[in-house]
Amino acid sequence: MGKVIGKAVTRVEDMRLLTGQGKYIDDIGTPAQTFQAAILRSSSPHANLVSIDTAEAEKVSGVKAVITGEQVKKYLDPFSVGVSAPVHYYPIAVDKVRYVGEPVAVVVAKSRYIAEDAMERIKVKYEALPPVIDIEGSMEEDAPILHENVGSNVANHRTFHYGRVDQAFEEADRVIKHKYLFPKYTATPVETYGIIANYESSENQYTVHANFHGPFVIQAIMAQALKIPSNKLRIIVPKDIGGSYGIKAGTFPYMVLLSVASRIAGCPVKWIEDRQEHLSASSSGTDRVTYIEAAVKNNGKVTGLRMKMIDNVGAYIRAPEPACLYRTHANSTGAYDIPNLHIDAYAIMTNKLPTGLIRGYGGQELYFPLERIMQRVAFELNLDPADVMRENLIKKEQFPYKTASGGMYDSGDYMKGFELALKTGKYEEFRKKQEKARKEGKILGVGLACIVEPSGSNMGYITVALTPEERAKSLPKSGCSEAATVSMDPMGSVNVRISTTPSGQGHETVAAQIVSEVLSIPADKIKVVAELDTSTSAWSIASGSYSSRFASLGSSAVFYAAHKVKDKLMKIASHQMKVSESELELRDGAFYEKNDPTKKYALKRAAGSAHWNPLSLPEGMEPGIYETYYYSVKAAEPPDENDLINSSVTYGFVADLVTVEIDPDTGEVRILDYVTIHDAGKLLNPLIVDGQIFGGLAHGLGGALYEELVYDNKGQLLTGSFMDYLCPTAPEIPNVTIKHIETPSPMTPLGAKGLGEGNTMSAPVAVANAVSDALTPYLVEIDTLPLSPNRIWTLLNQAKQNKNKEVTV
Amino acid sequence: MSLTEINVTINGKAYAEWVEPRMLLSDFIRETCGLTGTHVGCEHGVCGACTISMDGAAVRSCLIFAVQADNREIKTVEGLACNGEMTALQKNFVECHGLQCGFCTAGILMSITDFLEKNPQPSTKEIKETLSGHLCRCTGYDGIVKAVQKTVQDNQKEVLQRS
Ligand code: FES
Ligand code: FES
Repeated sequence: MGKVIGKAVTRVEDMRLLTGQGKYIDDIGTPAQTFQAAILRSSSPHANLVSIDTAEAEKVSGVKAVITGEQVKKYLDPFSVGVSAPVHYYPIAVDKVRYVGEPVAVVVAKSRYIAEDAMERIKVKYEALPPVIDIEGSMEEDAPILHENVGSNVANHRTFHYGRVDQAFEEADRVIKHKYLFPKYTATPVETYGIIANYESSENQYTVHANFHGPFVIQAIMAQALKIPSNKLRIIVPKDIGGSYGIKAGTFPYMVLLSVASRIAGCPVKWIEDRQEHLSASSSGTDRVTYIEAAVKNNGKVTGLRMKMIDNVGAYIRAPEPACLYRTHANSTGAYDIPNLHIDAYAIMTNKLPTGLIRGYGGQELYFPLERIMQRVAFELNLDPADVMRENLIKKEQFPYKTASGGMYDSGDYMKGFELALKTGKYEEFRKKQEKARKEGKILGVGLACIVEPSGSNMGYITVALTPEERAKSLPKSGCSEAATVSMDPMGSVNVRISTTPSGQGHETVAAQIVSEVLSIPADKIKVVAELDTSTSAWSIASGSYSSRFASLGSSAVFYAAHKVKDKLMKIASHQMKVSESELELRDGAFYEKNDPTKKYALKRAAGSAHWNPLSLPEGMEPGIYETYYYSVKAAEPPDENDLINSSVTYGFVADLVTVEIDPDTGEVRILDYVTIHDAGKLLNPLIVDGQIFGGLAHGLGGALYEELVYDNKGQLLTGSFMDYLCPTAPEIPNVTIKHIETPSPMTPLGAKGLGEGNTMSAPVAVANAVSDALTPYLVEIDTLPLSPNRIWTLLNQAKQNKNKEVTV
Repeated sequence: MSLTEINVTINGKAYAEWVEPRMLLSDFIRETCGLTGTHVGCEHGVCGACTISMDGAAVRSCLIFAVQADNREIKTVEGLACNGEMTALQKNFVECHGLQCGFCTAGILMSITDFLEKNPQPSTKEIKETLSGHLCRCTGYDGIVKAVQKTVQDNQKEVLQRS
């Protein structure tokens, strides 16, 4: 067996998925007598619930129960939140509704068809209240209040001061500033949320099957809300999840709602979300207003940054929010060497869908203002943006690099990556082409972006939402634990159990590669079980599939668990062969004596002894082969009293160059070429790596050009179907070149870093920079997204009118 | 609600079932017949996940009532592979990493199978246009396009070898 890790092997998951044998939540079958649920949702963005009349609905034949917030509340405490503001969040409206789509009643019936029939017969009386829609409007003094007991719409506010910010601004040659708005958009996996909940009164236990992918710290939050010991909430995640990109962390309120519905109805209950529900009421990315100011020297060197960031977490702040504000805290200054940093961070609430994890989480919101301001610095100083970036990028010799806010960038060679992007994208050549095209009336532009891609979140970062004094009152939080189990049965066959709840990232394949290499047995002989069961799997609070944590953490747990198995087998072999372990080597499924390769002891035999003949084992050794490893990283410490936090374990790097052409008549942005350079450390499977990058990029392009959850000024959602919420399809994807450089991470045993979110973070601003570059002659500032033809056309026309005015004046 | 009897052949097997007239074909295939390889992603005809083949043409089963499939011949993703051997297209999805979560995949396989039967030598642009009827949020479509292109090339080679 040679090297397997790092090879572009095809995936073990594919065969079942291609032949219709995947086992997604809607395919796994249900317990006998399972009923189906439909959820009645609020049509009003903000209103008091006056009454809910369920009498007619209950009369429909086949209906088992019609359940309202009043009933549900008896069995619940509000979900705990990571902020001190006393927001009471239940999975169903109790006395008020606060966004369009909020659950108001649950109908449990024999079939979904009947449940929906009955739903139409429920009569709800609302007393309308003025809605809060605008981010900054929510902070105005006379703004309507969503949560009266909180007293304002601010759920969280923290300020951070790192380095000598004031001095940097005093000594700056220039201060360059602007306000940016990153819009609300979402992820829309093709598979929606799905849940099968079953309450057993004999045990007072809830068993919930759901396409939930963690973080499993939320298991504790759910158990707390359900007022039961956490071992009475058994969560089982099917091995196949039809995509998530973060959003399926948001299934948890529905898991609790359906659990209580099962308890009240007295039967197992299944609910599969429909698309309209998904768009209006699952979860979404966080929209953010950022006021950014850069202290700049005349050569383009940025010496300090001030950012006021206001996150709109929607109608209720719910776990893991306000994490969007803090996930990127350690990398707030991006790929640049900026030692002085001031952050003023707010999470506010409005009458919109509550937010949560979305691929890139926090990254796109951060890099949009940061990379836009870098371009603006170049523009105002009349410098080439590439030169400004060069001037500011962290240099190779500075690694490991400590950021202003406490991050420890583990490894990198940013300049090399950036130069490769410029070269691959023929930056200089394009500039000439652009000039020529301008003379012909064509609008061409090139956009650059350099970003740091954090992965493997340190669970401690969420507590940055609290002040150091508030934090001191409870147990410090840190780490990023992940577990894996490798076992060998009496016949020497291997099972691997992972707790990373994959949703398409090929964890089964990569785990098999790793175990194959460590144990020197063919990958196709290894069975990886991806199903997670909180009652029987090894898991921890950080388990799950988010923050690109498999390559950094999941894979490391698998690696070390396989080594534990190898060590045990080695001990058995050494004992049986009467040769010291140091004289043995493992290859091709057997231990060989290094000095005498004719002497060998098969792996299978060692495993067999552990099961069939425990008395033959070395003194004191346990029988069986079943090893679990919990992996965490020392670098993931809790935040300190100065709010310094290394919020992630590994930090990759992405450098993008994108060229665009804008149609002057329609305002349509056409991407000519997209070049993206990645440094994700050692790659575990390049085939999967590029697939992940491509997917992340498509989502980033969606965010740049098409995707937005639009609400009108009365709080009604305008994008409730795939006809209105536009996802990129195949023809919209441009020509893309992906290249890699590899600076191995010293943090992980395999040198790997997480990836797959980078371009979701970078593409929106890379494209915005390209569009802005193209429109330089029109003096147009791109400060929000998506860059729809409508928006560009309007900007263009305004610019033309302004010009005309100037001429006539 | 009254029930209607329908006779449908799916992947060569005859089904005689009583259904409500409003039952969607997608629900019929998945729930009544237990063929869960066909997926439902939007139920309004945009995502393409539910695509099946009916009387030899790719259609969206979420936009069709089960009663409309009476006396029709249906093929679903489960009917593509033959004796455990995947079709060339399916194999190329493996080779080219044309799927990640796999949720969109069944619909795409059904569309493209139909498309290539009618149009064995499509251009890349035509391939992309056909794919535009499907949403895939995982792959960015690159692997999918490559898998289809490779299938077209493989077919061409085969034709050349035969002649
Ligand atoms: S489910 Fe039929 S097109 Fe989406
Ligand atoms: S592979 Fe996941 S949606 Fe296409």
